[in-house]
Amino acid sequence: MNDYSITILTFIAIQAIVACGLNVIVGYAGQISLGHAAFFGIGAYSSALLTTKAGLTFWAALPLVILITGSIGLVLGMPSLRLREDFLAVTTIGINFIVESVFLYVPFFGGALGLGGIPSITFLGTRLRGPNFLYLCLVLLGLVLLISRRFTKSWAGLACFALREEETAASSMGVSPIRFKLLAFVLGTAMAGMGGALYAHLMRFISATDFGFPLSITLMSMVVLGGIGTLWGPVLGALILGVLPEVFRPLIDYRMLLNAAILLLMIRFQPAGLLGEGSFLRGLFQRKGGTSNG
Amino acid sequence: MLLEVSDLKVCYGDIHAVEGVSLSIGEGELISVIGANGAGKSSLLNCVMGIVPSRGGKVIFCGRDITSLPVHERAREGIRIVPERARVFPRLTVYENLLAGCFGMKDKISFPEKLSWIYGLFPVLEERKSQLGSTLSGGEQQMLAISRALISDPKLLLVDEVSMGLMPVLVDKVFEVMEMLNREHGLTILLVEQNALASLGISSRSYVLETGKIVLEGASGDLLKDPKVQEAYLGL
Ligand SMILES: Nc1ncnc2c1ncn2[C@@H]1O[C@H](COP(=O)(O)OP(=O)(O)O)[C@@H](O)[C@H]1O
Ligand SMILES: [Mg+2]
Repeated sequence: MNDYSITILTFIAIQAIVACGLNVIVGYAGQISLGHAAFFGIGAYSSALLTTKAGLTFWAALPLVILITGSIGLVLGMPSLRLREDFLAVTTIGINFIVESVFLYVPFFGGALGLGGIPSITFLGTRLRGPNFLYLCLVLLGLVLLISRRFTKSWAGLACFALREEETAASSMGVSPIRFKLLAFVLGTAMAGMGGALYAHLMRFISATDFGFPLSITLMSMVVLGGIGTLWGPVLGALILGVLPEVFRPLIDYRMLLNAAILLLMIRFQPAGLLGEGSFLRGLFQRKGGTSNG
Repeated sequence: MLLEVSDLKVCYGDIHAVEGVSLSIGEGELISVIGANGAGKSSLLNCVMGIVPSRGGKVIFCGRDITSLPVHERAREGIRIVPERARVFPRLTVYENLLAGCFGMKDKISFPEKLSWIYGLFPVLEERKSQLGSTLSGGEQQMLAISRALISDPKLLLVDEVSMGLMPVLVDKVFEVMEMLNREHGLTILLVEQNALASLGISSRSYVLETGKIVLEGASGDLLKDPKVQEAYLGL
């Protein structure tokens, strides 16, 4: 595989990690979030600052990055998740714009120039580049999938599904709505933070516009396309939306249009997504004895 | 008294759905509230569960004032509701629906034991255990909703028009189960129903609710003979 394909695949793996996080929030807990890129950005900026200004290694910074992003998710989620669905959609968009502006206008975050000089990741004394960086991303993607799967099989996962389906009925069974929505939100944003850290050290230069609202829409398109609430859906979605513009080069300029169009078409015609209930692909997988979902 | 409701009020904007209802249930009783469509039965029951807020009055459960507790905390106190139109979790399997029913109770009850008891009560649920809730018939959904509430071993079961939309044979079956749960297991049940004949038949005491107010109360046997009840609710 050439360097270019490896770079594309690395981006796809990172976006898949972030999309898996969004899937926990939207798919498992049924909470709309249209500002997920903000948490991707918070992860990226945290890792960049911790490794440049605080001089930590990527490995030392990573747990902190996850903690920081999850905590910000907690603080922002607490008031937002009490809102009705339509208000939540608007609020999460707002969060995205505010976070982006903070990165853009606060000098500490490098302002319009962004943050550069982010060190590359070293592992056992060697710099991780090309395929090795991709392997790291795939390992972490595997970890995220494992956690997602564990979550769907846990009591907390069941509580989230129950809330997603019938909130009143679920709370009449002792499920605290805010507690479990928040748990899913924190877990999902923490995953976005992990993806952000990888992104920062892959690019080694980041700026606010990398984490804007269009990316949030793209992430949502990935989840909806692949199959909202399924385990592998976000990965499939990230893969398709990542590969499509590469295969059909003319599409590259219309990426955003394509992503938004896919989002709308899927919601209209196949709301369960490619791997969702009753889809062609899912039938195929199941005959081979595979896949599970929530 | 296990549950004491005093002067309870429920409003939706300007609509007064419940206007100062007082009722009480002792442990082990089966009580019914009968009333026509729109009388405020669901509002009353939902307010006891905490699903709709009260605009006045008190709900005392096990001697504790729970009027300001949120729904999930009332559930933890041991109150369960079989909601109107069942409200099963459509995209969870029958088994997962039942599992969700004993959320947070795993140390207090033996789930496998309870599960086989439920399957004994409603064998059709065992046949359908890996089917999604949405694929069940209306009657099966009601059975699932009852089971989902029962599996946690509640102290008080609230049942909202379980007979609505069911075939007559199923109505009989469901009422038989309610009666059996009360007689043999000592379960305390508060039933609200439009189906006055069936609910008066299995309850010991009843209240008649009309436009948000209790207009009549007494032993169910006496109410069955009451000319006003016979005319308005039994179609005699
Ligand atoms: N969510 C609601 N919003 C506004 N009005 C409601 C709502 N729920 C019930 N009502 C009104 O409150 C009254 C009592 O309704 P309800 O408690 O559902 O009665 P029942 O269960 O006896 O049929 C009715 O007039 C109904 O229209
Ligand atoms: Mg009703």
